[in-house]
Amino acid sequence: MVRIIGFLVGIGFVVVLGYSLIVGAIAYVGNPPVETAEHEFHREPEPVGFSSDGPLGRFDRQQLQRGFQVYKEVCAACHSLRYVAFRNLKDLGFTEPEVDAIADQWQIQIPSVNPETGEDDTRPALASDHFPSPFANETAARAANNNALPPDLSLITKARHGGAPYVYSLLTGYRNPPAELPEEARPGTGLYYNPYFANLNLAMAPPLVADGQVAYADGTEATIEQMSRDVSAFLIWTAEPKMEDRKSLGWAVLIFLVIGTVLAWLAYQNVWRDIKH
Amino acid sequence: MSFPWAEQYTPKHPFMKYMDERLPLPRLVYNSVGAGYPTPRNLNFFWNFGSLAGLALVIQIITGIVLAMHYAANTDIAFASVEYIMRDVNSGWLLRYLHANGASFFFLVLYIHMFRGLYYSSYKPPREVVWLLGLVIFLLAMATAFMGYVLPWGQMSFWGAQVITGLFSAIPLIGEALHTWLLGGFSPDNATLNRFFSLHYLLPFVIAGVIILHIWALHLPGSSNPTGIDVKGPQDTVPFHPYYTAKDGFGVGVFLILLAIMVFFLPNYLGHADNYIEANRLSTPANIVPEWYFWPFYAILRAFTVDFILPAKLWGVIAMFGSIILLFFLPWLDKSPVRSGNYRPQFKIWFWVLVVDVVVLGYCGGSHAEQPYLMISQLATMYYFAHFLIILPIISRTERPRPLPNSITEAVLGKDDSVTGGAAQPAPAE
Repeated sequence: MVRIIGFLVGIGFVVVLGYSLIVGAIAYVGNPPVETAEHEFHREPEPVGFSSDGPLGRFDRQQLQRGFQVYKEVCAACHSLRYVAFRNLKDLGFTEPEVDAIADQWQIQIPSVNPETGEDDTRPALASDHFPSPFANETAARAANNNALPPDLSLITKARHGGAPYVYSLLTGYRNPPAELPEEARPGTGLYYNPYFANLNLAMAPPLVADGQVAYADGTEATIEQMSRDVSAFLIWTAEPKMEDRKSLGWAVLIFLVIGTVLAWLAYQNVWRDIKH
Repeated sequence: MSFPWAEQYTPKHPFMKYMDERLPLPRLVYNSVGAGYPTPRNLNFFWNFGSLAGLALVIQIITGIVLAMHYAANTDIAFASVEYIMRDVNSGWLLRYLHANGASFFFLVLYIHMFRGLYYSSYKPPREVVWLLGLVIFLLAMATAFMGYVLPWGQMSFWGAQVITGLFSAIPLIGEALHTWLLGGFSPDNATLNRFFSLHYLLPFVIAGVIILHIWALHLPGSSNPTGIDVKGPQDTVPFHPYYTAKDGFGVGVFLILLAIMVFFLPNYLGHADNYIEANRLSTPANIVPEWYFWPFYAILRAFTVDFILPAKLWGVIAMFGSIILLFFLPWLDKSPVRSGNYRPQFKIWFWVLVVDVVVLGYCGGSHAEQPYLMISQLATMYYFAHFLIILPIISRTERPRPLPNSITEAVLGKDDSVTGGAAQPAPAE
């Protein structure tokens, strides 16, 4: 009985699927999908490497400090970094007084309450504060940015396919639209052509426009390429400040487990030595 | 239970004698996973995956309990609380990566365990109830994993919840009301997140309870084996301890090495980038996909594209649930008296086609819902149902099995020493 019902159910599913398949196939043959401009002109991120790549990768702290400087002087005008605190900057090699000074002199103050009157107020940031958002709220951010919302950058290298190479490619990828780009895919007002962006037209104006836009303290030449690379490295760190801990613990755990597993293998062989199986 | 030649528990220490007369817990352990459980001597490495599934569940429960101490199930702060775990909780990143990758490994191990059960027909009498309970565990694990994925309240969490709970609205008449009742609202929101958190915490303990039943039911007939023939006498078995505890110990080592590689060096490889974006009900991701372990079922769901008496969406929902429900009837669909696929030449061919079919379904389920993936998943879904409901019942009648060995011991000792001497081969010892 079970098998008869099962057989009928099976035939039923096959028939319905066959019908869907035929309808889909006819539509596919009669009306083959056309490649969209988004697909045709879109480019994968450039294969750029970072010192933090790979199982042995470590952050280059000089680079992270330079990247932080790019964030501070360029990106921070529009992009928040809300999951990162000033105190975390100690990981980049800044000393405690330096971190205190960075927080105290940050261009935006922390929303607060006046202790005398109870009215809304602001105060200078402390090392324990997270980076304040450049805009009071989403509406203000959109109003200042042609109705586009600058995303928070804390997790950006984890939250985009392609990670840091994508961020780097996006920053260096602005160009004039190619002549063969169809009219409907051309950037509208307030949009900028960038083949690394999913729909080719990005609301962010090119943020890094000139070599030397940022004056690096360590003497590194601040080319657009170098600044993009540095800020991408910095954003790898903001997305995962514990990355180095993870990798070093990983090696210790792996060595421990490999030794343990070899011992377990020997124990297994030893226990079974007299039993054929 | 067990075989008459099983070793008997004899407490020696006075305290153990005292305990044995009052609460014979050591006796239970001895008879379940100790020397008191005679186990076929010829089990291959596919028999490691039951204990590995148990280990994976324990890892999930331990990391999950500690994560729950730091997580906040509130849509305003859930995403931020996960980042707090990643950045400010001591070793919080380790707990979270272990829990997220541990879920993938749980399913990987479950799928290999089920593969073993299907190939060696472990579902056949007298182990039907073991199989049925295993499927209950599988369903509970799927529900738990789905709800767990919603908790970080990222984009995929939210839209995944939207899509999957939306399936219930396809049910005629009561669908919409049921959908609203399940969510506690019209779309996933704080009420949804809270109930998912509550159930995500509850269900693993329900799973643990069903696992106890699963093992209890298994230990009545005892473990199956790669030849599929019954244990005939003491020469066919070895005590579970130390023989299979040693073998499982090695399996645990390999499992943990692979888990550690993922957790420490590729922690986000199996995840989706969009889930690092906080949930936003006004912005739909370009491609809503569940975690990899749901992809084959997701492909079945999406394979129904045309209304045919019933709406296409309802067909998809019926087929997706049906693809698992039919496994409950497997012991009665496959009536071949031979258990092991090694002795079933036709079954073996169709079985491997099924394995490839499920992998193809998985690939389609992870891709965009567009051609040609839709046509491929339609073909693959047709085969999936045809395999279990049409092909398997027919070949279980028409197939002429290869001759079976007379006993497990004959199967083992009838072979050249140089072949059977090495224990490392995962291939079945015939």
